[in-house]
Amino acid sequence: MNLKPETLARIDEVIPHYASKRSATLPLLHLIQEDVGWISKEAIEWVAAKLELQPINVYEVVTFYPMFRQKPIGRRHIKVCRTLSCALMGGYKTCETFEKEFDTKMGEVSPDGEVTVEFVECLASCGTAPVVMIDDELHENVDSAKAKHLCGQIKAEASQRKT
Amino acid sequence: MIQPAKPDLVTVNIDGKEIAVPKGTNVIDAARQVGVDVPHYCYHPKLSVVGNCRMCLVELGMPAVDPVSKAPIMDPATGRQKVNWIPRPQIGCATYASQGLHIRTQTAQIKDCREGVTEFLLINHPLDCPICDKAGECMLQEQSTGYGRGYSRFIENKNVKPKRTLLGPRVVLDDERCILCSRCIRFCKEVAKDDVLGFIDRGSYSTLTCYPGKALENNYSLNTVDICPVGALTSTDFRFKMRVWFLKQTNSIDTESSVGANTVVWSREGVIHRITPRRNDEVNDTWMADSGRLLYKAVGAENRLASKETLDALIASAADVLTDAEGAIAVVGSGRSSVEEQFLTRKLADAVKARVFLVARSGAGDGILISSDRNPNVRGALITGLIDKLPSERLDTLAGGIDSGEIKAVISVGEDLTSAGITPEQLGKISIVHFGTHANSTSDAAKVVVPTLTVFEKAGTFVNQQFRLQKFAKAVPAKPGMHDDLDALSRLTAAMGGASLPSDLHELWEVLTKELPALATTTYRTLPETGLLLDATPWSGLRFPEGETLHFKPAASEEGVKA
Ligand code: SF4
Ligand code: FES
Ligand code: FES
Repeated sequence: MNLKPETLARIDEVIPHYASKRSATLPLLHLIQEDVGWISKEAIEWVAAKLELQPINVYEVVTFYPMFRQKPIGRRHIKVCRTLSCALMGGYKTCETFEKEFDTKMGEVSPDGEVTVEFVECLASCGTAPVVMIDDELHENVDSAKAKHLCGQIKAEASQRKT
Repeated sequence: MIQPAKPDLVTVNIDGKEIAVPKGTNVIDAARQVGVDVPHYCYHPKLSVVGNCRMCLVELGMPAVDPVSKAPIMDPATGRQKVNWIPRPQIGCATYASQGLHIRTQTAQIKDCREGVTEFLLINHPLDCPICDKAGECMLQEQSTGYGRGYSRFIENKNVKPKRTLLGPRVVLDDERCILCSRCIRFCKEVAKDDVLGFIDRGSYSTLTCYPGKALENNYSLNTVDICPVGALTSTDFRFKMRVWFLKQTNSIDTESSVGANTVVWSREGVIHRITPRRNDEVNDTWMADSGRLLYKAVGAENRLASKETLDALIASAADVLTDAEGAIAVVGSGRSSVEEQFLTRKLADAVKARVFLVARSGAGDGILISSDRNPNVRGALITGLIDKLPSERLDTLAGGIDSGEIKAVISVGEDLTSAGITPEQLGKISIVHFGTHANSTSDAAKVVVPTLTVFEKAGTFVNQQFRLQKFAKAVPAKPGMHDDLDALSRLTAAMGGASLPSDLHELWEVLTKELPALATTTYRTLPETGLLLDATPWSGLRFPEGETLHFKPAASEEGVKA
């Protein structure tokens, strides 16, 4: 497993918080997903070995929670709300814009590796619908124009990083 | 024998019937003792309790007492102590008997609960009983009939899931039938110590899976098929071959090792279709190894021996061979023979004044239900006096005797001499009388071959590693040209001038009871199906090879150290 030293340190820190190692399964998975973006088979086996479990025990947990990703994800995770208010205010259109701009499909990694676009349920900001979360940042009133603008920002950052 | 400590008994009341049960007995088991069936799926007496199927709901109550004085509160209407019932039903599998516990299983609420649980279990169940191997022994089928509503209100589409996932070489999974009881998962983890199964995804998409890249291939995998309450797990060997209700069940013993797991042999019209474990809490609980389930294939094996001659003719020619070699005869007995056969082998050896050898068979013990002694009945040979010390794997002394010309004839009772270290040249130097079931180099070299029976075609007893005498019954009749071991051995003994002994099992047992001190108080007829522990003290000085297995701890080793 290729985890950042910080992640490893946090993992070692979190395990003794629990009476039985097994209980640290969820926190460990969160830390790994935060670091790598998704939970690979290798990660499952790594966690199992770390917590003295069998891989199947960890696999059960990973598949139970839909928010653990079992596939790689783009550098940025674009979460478009599709619950009632946002849906009424054009959330689907917003989503389509993101897909088109990055030439990708829902749930997939865009060809440039920059983003993964997905629908999520209510982000608790219904008053400013449609809303989008990019990684941990909330963007409000994201109509198609604003979506295009956000895409432009992400792409600009990407080309800056490459040079 | 050391008496087990008396368990604390508590009295519980089940549907008005009082019964004293050991503290800690759960409601399902307690109810069974008064003849009340509490339907259940996930609970298995030999696995941990998880309480996830909810079929075993019952009403619970405790006798009412005054909170301050603790004096019983009486019900004026009945004149008995009032019972405080818990308003909501509780699961019986995870409720343990305590003094005064009251249980109701027949109320309208419980009937409703059972109908509700059954309805949910059947929502996504494919109801393909007509093509399901489990039909006829399916808990879901039985309990849906007994406790279900009897008709379906479900008009939506059912979930579609994989129908034939190969979990391992011997087990196939039909995910649609699975009711997610987790018995198989717990078995693998707790008994087989091979934690590879689990549920992935959730809700109605939950699917039983083997961890990707692993397989359910431990030597106990088929027990999951036995305990699966539905037809989700089926055996590749038995799948689609036979309807269980056509099969005759015969109690038998697994001959793989000295553990002596209790089994049931399932046959129809003289053909065996499967072997499953039979519960014996002192020996194998409800389990057996996969390897033991395939042993029945030996019955119809191609190299099975059969004779054209009558038994009389065979015995006559055997007697001729032996008479020629008088005074230079050895007997190779077997730890695979039954107690009765070993007794007769001893008599035969006495009649021809032969020295007796036995061949040990060993392999790695798995710590569960296969011990390192791969003979089922070496202890029987000790009890019957066939041998007085533990056998070795190689017949080196016999080989020496053959080379020196001391031994001119060998009677082999079911053993292959070559695999015990006798060379083909040595085989060539002696005349062999061979009793056996399958062709091997010894039967090829023998002057006289008496084809005999497998454990499935005869009855008798074995003594397992705990010195537990266990009986097995005849499951299928023998084919023509194969002869009953007892009959053959007693006739040859008589022909060689030895005692005339009965070949009928029950009559023979009268002789055994009289002659063998270890069996003095035993009769075949009264031997319990779960076996009888014999007094092992006469042999406590021997160092038996077995290590620890499920219900066996080697005791002799410590004593051996002390001595
Ligand atoms: S396969 Fe059978 S034993 Fe395993 S969880 Fe499903 S129903 Fe239970
Ligand atoms: S519906 Fe989108 S934030 Fe609530
Ligand atoms: S048997 Fe009690 S919940 Fe399943």
